[in-house]
Amino acid sequence: MDNNSHDNMGKWEKFFRWVNGEDSIDSVWEKELRSRVIGRRKQRRKSMEENITKINSYGRKFYILLSVFVTVAYIGILLYTASLLPEHGAPLNPANNEVSKRYIESGVEETGAINIVSAMILDYRAFDTFGETVVLFTSVTCVAILLKRDKNNICAREDREAALDEAALNSDKSAILKFVARLVFPIITLYGIYVILNGHLSPGGGFSGGTIIGAGLILYSSAYGEHRARQFMSGKRFTGITAAALLVYFVSKGYSFFTGGNHIESVIPTGTPGKLLSGGLILPLNICVGVVVACTMYGFYSYFTKGDI
Amino acid sequence: MILTHNIAHNIPFISIFIAIFAGIVTPLISDGRKSRIFHLSAVAAVGILSALLLIHVNANQERFTFLMGHFPSPWGNELKAGPMEAVMAVVFSVVMFLTVTGGQYMIEKDILPEKQNLYYVMLNLLFGSMLALIYTNDIFTGYVFIEINTICSCAVIMSKDSGNGILATIRYLIMSILGSGLILFSIAMLYTVTGHLLFPQLKSGVMKLVNTGYYSFPLMITAGLFTLGIAVKSALFPFHTMLPGAYDAATPSSSGILSGLVLKSYIIFLIKVYYCVFTIEYLKEIKITNLIFFLGVCGMIFGSVMALKERRIRRVLAYSSVAQIGYIYMGLGLGTSVGVTAAMLHVVAHAVTKSLLFVCTGRMKDISLAGEADHCLKGIGHKDRIAGIGFTVGALSIIGIPLFAGFASKLYLAIASFYSPVKMAVALIMLAVSMVLNAMYFIPPVVDIWHPLTEKDANSKIVPCVVPTFAAAVVLFIAVNFLVGTCYDRIYDIFEVGVALMH
Repeated sequence: MDNNSHDNMGKWEKFFRWVNGEDSIDSVWEKELRSRVIGRRKQRRKSMEENITKINSYGRKFYILLSVFVTVAYIGILLYTASLLPEHGAPLNPANNEVSKRYIESGVEETGAINIVSAMILDYRAFDTFGETVVLFTSVTCVAILLKRDKNNICAREDREAALDEAALNSDKSAILKFVARLVFPIITLYGIYVILNGHLSPGGGFSGGTIIGAGLILYSSAYGEHRARQFMSGKRFTGITAAALLVYFVSKGYSFFTGGNHIESVIPTGTPGKLLSGGLILPLNICVGVVVACTMYGFYSYFTKGDI
Repeated sequence: MILTHNIAHNIPFISIFIAIFAGIVTPLISDGRKSRIFHLSAVAAVGILSALLLIHVNANQERFTFLMGHFPSPWGNELKAGPMEAVMAVVFSVVMFLTVTGGQYMIEKDILPEKQNLYYVMLNLLFGSMLALIYTNDIFTGYVFIEINTICSCAVIMSKDSGNGILATIRYLIMSILGSGLILFSIAMLYTVTGHLLFPQLKSGVMKLVNTGYYSFPLMITAGLFTLGIAVKSALFPFHTMLPGAYDAATPSSSGILSGLVLKSYIIFLIKVYYCVFTIEYLKEIKITNLIFFLGVCGMIFGSVMALKERRIRRVLAYSSVAQIGYIYMGLGLGTSVGVTAAMLHVVAHAVTKSLLFVCTGRMKDISLAGEADHCLKGIGHKDRIAGIGFTVGALSIIGIPLFAGFASKLYLAIASFYSPVKMAVALIMLAVSMVLNAMYFIPPVVDIWHPLTEKDANSKIVPCVVPTFAAAVVLFIAVNFLVGTCYDRIYDIFEVGVALMH
């Protein structure tokens, strides 16, 4: 689509484009930018078409046929295997054994948590969950290596776009977004905290609660821009909070693994099941997981949109 | 007896936690140099602890479990360590330490200063995940650490931040995720048919299914998917396409660690699952051993043939890794304890050798870029003798010259083939052919490196600065190579006990 047709297009089309966020800012040089991008896109398409005609040789066709065959065979084998597996939820399934029996019957007594899932992931099999939490930390660090702004990945276009975004946020155009975000952000955060703190009592826990808080942070940041968001979540603070949460998990579970492995009685009380302060280490661990998950979500958003936190 | 039982039994847990602790704390250190020192001290600490563990388990001939928490085997997580695990932990620590030390000046050049600490975060977590894969007694814990391992591997490839690197990382990521997916499918199915995740209960569950004949087809598919998944991740022959680009684009330390250690950590996990879950007898019955034997042999030949066609030295090394991975799978595919033991020895030999080669190649390429317009390696050995000697030792070891590490493992692989009469002929012939091919692509670069300098070159010779850390690392690498190449019978004995204890 070039500039002329852009001006001549129908009202509805314009409206749809606006809804899709493609047409939000009408500045002169944004149009210029678009025409340049489109020109580049045309070029790319042309070279791609050339490439396709080039590689449409015999070997390529064979390769495509082979990959389709392998995929179809693989799907067939997996479907057949799935049809032979035990029926879902049948009482005599191999998975209904002494393992789940103990989780269900003595879970409350042994861990102090009403929510068996929390008891399982944060007490019985806490090492796996520690690994999963480290996976999140690893992935956000990995994204930082790739996308964090440095001298190799700064380009003028991105800077211009960021400046445009910032200008749009400062204008009145996002008044609705700002108002709703101001209204909803505290509620989302509060709900996230509730889900985390009640992780050992009701469905929920660190992973789900952390995601909710992360979504709230993203909403706030997208409504008010990076400057406002940076006031409470700077890059340094982000690293500090994530590392601190992981370290608390590390130390508390390290103590638990150490005492367990050496057959020493742990001094951490499980409390009265059903109370908020119960479940031994599950409550603090849920908080740690929640913090790490929220930070990871927000970190992904920030690195992917702005290249920094 | 240096340690009491109780203290020694904590070592696997402490090793994993030291590495992960280093990974968590390093982002707080914003300085690259301090992060490196922290990383190296963590690796050294793990190495010393693992050596103590090795002495302990070797003296007692024991394999013990360590509860990760207060709940025993079918309910909680566990670690398990014996002589095999201890040797691997020692070798991994030593190779990791030397590879990072040897390549540190290249890391400083290749990676932006503000991102160096993040690179060391990834190395720490990578090390921790490899240790966890070595020690785990729980198939799902294994999967969780495979995830960490995958992400970190991609991070260390792309941290050099070049266009090629990103492309290579995407390819590596796609292949790795394919492998992870297959493994996850297999674990899910295995859980559905047995109801367990820990090795001892899984083993009894599998035995029960094999004896009663229930779910025989899903069980077979499970074993197949698991093998296939690990084969993709450890770059067994038809799944090797991710290696050359990645090793060519990454900084030398990354390539050394990925090729020498990361691929091996998956294989060690595979061996543990084979012995502690599926049992070799069952795998023989469903012919999976034949499959990996076949793919291994193909890898030995095709890897070498593709290496012959390559011009870029690091791509040659990558294809040579494909061939060496083929050797390991061939050993596994023999389906005997002797074969598996020989394969483990080859894991050690290749880890020690390939990392040395990558570190030396990085150095040689660096000098040639500094001194000449094109980076041909002619006469480089005269400019940095240590790098030249290191490369020569590595090449001789890969070819399988006596006194070097590669000789020992190939000898034992050949001996192991006598125990499986049907496969013996194929294994021996392919070993011979592959060795000749290895020599064909490793001798020419060695000759090139020591090519006498012409009058003009000698005059215009730019003397590169000596890098003490690199020199020290290479000298130690050569010493370790000699040690493995001469005391191989001791290592083999330890592995033999380790394999016997895994049954």
